[in-house]
Amino acid sequence: MSESTQAMPTQTTRSEGYHFGFLDEYAKREVRRSILKAIAIPGYQVPYASREMPMTRGFGTGGLQLTLSVIGTADCLKVIDQGSDESVNAVNIRQFVEETCPGVTSTTRTQAASIIQTRHRIPEHKLTEDQLLIFQVPYPDSLVVVEANEHKRKIMHGEADYSSLWVKLYEDIVEFKEITLSHRYPTRIFQHYVIDPSPIPRFDVPKLHQADFLSLFGAGREKKIYAVPPYTDAVPLAFEDIPFRVEHFETEAGQQACCAVCGCSNAYLERSYAPDGSVVFSCSDTDFCEQYRSDPTALVRYKYYESL
Amino acid sequence: MSYVAIKGGGQAIKGAADVLEYLRCKGAESEASLKIAQIENQLGGLHSRVLSEGGLYDPELVSLAIKQSRGDSFEAVYYLRAYRSTRPRLGQTPRLKTENMRLIRRISSAFKDIPGGQNLGPTPDYSQRLFRFDLLDESDEAFRQQLKNLMKKACPEAPVPDSFPKVVDFLRTEGLLPPKQVSQMPAFDITREPLIFPVSRGAGLSVMARSETGSILALAYSSMRGYGDVHPTIAELRVGYVPICYQHPSSKKWIEAGEVLITECEVVASHELDPESGQAFFTLGYGVCMGHNEAKAISMAILDRSLQHGQTHGIEHPSEDPEYVLMHIDSIDSMGFAIHYKMPHYVTFESDIDRLNKSQQAIQKEENSK
Repeated sequence: MSESTQAMPTQTTRSEGYHFGFLDEYAKREVRRSILKAIAIPGYQVPYASREMPMTRGFGTGGLQLTLSVIGTADCLKVIDQGSDESVNAVNIRQFVEETCPGVTSTTRTQAASIIQTRHRIPEHKLTEDQLLIFQVPYPDSLVVVEANEHKRKIMHGEADYSSLWVKLYEDIVEFKEITLSHRYPTRIFQHYVIDPSPIPRFDVPKLHQADFLSLFGAGREKKIYAVPPYTDAVPLAFEDIPFRVEHFETEAGQQACCAVCGCSNAYLERSYAPDGSVVFSCSDTDFCEQYRSDPTALVRYKYYESL
Repeated sequence: MSYVAIKGGGQAIKGAADVLEYLRCKGAESEASLKIAQIENQLGGLHSRVLSEGGLYDPELVSLAIKQSRGDSFEAVYYLRAYRSTRPRLGQTPRLKTENMRLIRRISSAFKDIPGGQNLGPTPDYSQRLFRFDLLDESDEAFRQQLKNLMKKACPEAPVPDSFPKVVDFLRTEGLLPPKQVSQMPAFDITREPLIFPVSRGAGLSVMARSETGSILALAYSSMRGYGDVHPTIAELRVGYVPICYQHPSSKKWIEAGEVLITECEVVASHELDPESGQAFFTLGYGVCMGHNEAKAISMAILDRSLQHGQTHGIEHPSEDPEYVLMHIDSIDSMGFAIHYKMPHYVTFESDIDRLNKSQQAIQKEENSK
């Protein structure tokens, strides 16, 4: 986000250790150019070379390349995995950025971060124009559920031909009485491209619509970058008579569930099993949960969730 | 509330690293630490494999990667690929002339004798895989003596030529293969450009040269067994060191930067009609990779042929489909995605439960109303 101080070309010798941001500056420049293209064509998957990172492909290397390409010493980074800052993979990525980007600060507080790298969630606290949300993406293409061949999918995207996806949703309803897509819900961006918004739950999809913040999606293994720019329409696919619905959490007795830690009932909850085998729900966004307990007035929510 | 809190990720990572390091050092009371040079020589097969899949010709770092990963070839490849990401591309060498390879091995299964001669070189092909139980407890002294004995025997009978002709060139002269066509396209660098299908043959060859040995072997094997129509004969398989020339960026002088060990394989396959001349010719498949990896180079040559076959005759088998082959043979892509399933999926699984519950409720409601 802030200007990188290194001038090109830069590389280090073996004994000097690693360069700021790990990647060489040519690699970062390529990623930044792809980002600009992705923002200019909302929802379009921009192919890029995708460098190998010193952690496993599938563990967020696409998101990490985005983060490393835009981060500067004035930035404050938050990394979450499943909504938690303390999950081992989030810790690992945060430590890696701290080590390879000296001067960058990190935080667990959503409001304090200028860059948030995330896997599977969008924070419950409403993000602002000054914040950048970077998603780790396993499957960048919403059409992969209906078409395995990428060359064919590219043509379908170009023609905005999503008929087979609509048929899939329709067939789900006929067979299961419900659309079976739980997460990675196909979402139409700026009236054209239908994206895979990464494995966020349906619960988080409304946060992308006309958002104040920029969302960048990085698929390292599949070598694609795409974006949902601020103040852009992001509309999940739905039928007139079968509206889009987010997850609803119910206790075993059929009651509205709430977080066992903070008591919140309109945040995304995860179940776990108590020693006696009973189901316990708790917030997936751990920073939100902590703030909800200590000072709920500091939290700003998206309008969508107020009525849940 | 211990069952809802996921804390202490940092400590857990540190702990895991310590246990792993313990396994590496286990036995240190009596055993010495593995020397880097020992890996390149005594674990040469593994070294060559990692060198080729890592796509970085740095034999010393390859050894370090193997040492650090305790011989896990997938992990070792990660170290090299990740290190490669920190290196900018400074330039491009001219096309390698494999005729000028300093050979350590060269065979043809198409002809009994070839100009320049068949040279078996270092191969386990005709060795009986019987244990040499004396190696279980080989002393350093016996090890050294073995080398001395071998060196006594080693004296070249005649000077080795600088260049060996290619068998496929004879086949061209004989009119069995179509005339050589030299591609004018610049090399496709898969480390700097994404694959956008349809891709050039050169891009496909680059992906296969860096691919995971077992993966490419499995796909080539499917073609050999019947899910394909290639029927290859190895015109030539050569292993050796090729000089790498580079133009010095400031003095503009041509320099030999060094030499790299590579394995190269050319297979000749079923004849087809040449669309330009209308004449029938054998077809060619090409395989090459860094290091000494014969199964990989042969597999690559067969897949190159079967991919070309798919382009001209339509795709009938997975081994003829460029996307199917090229997108599923990379070591770190495939292994990475397989092991990513170990990561937490609480959020998405909760969402799956929600869909199942709602579907169950809807079906139940319909049943009740019947």
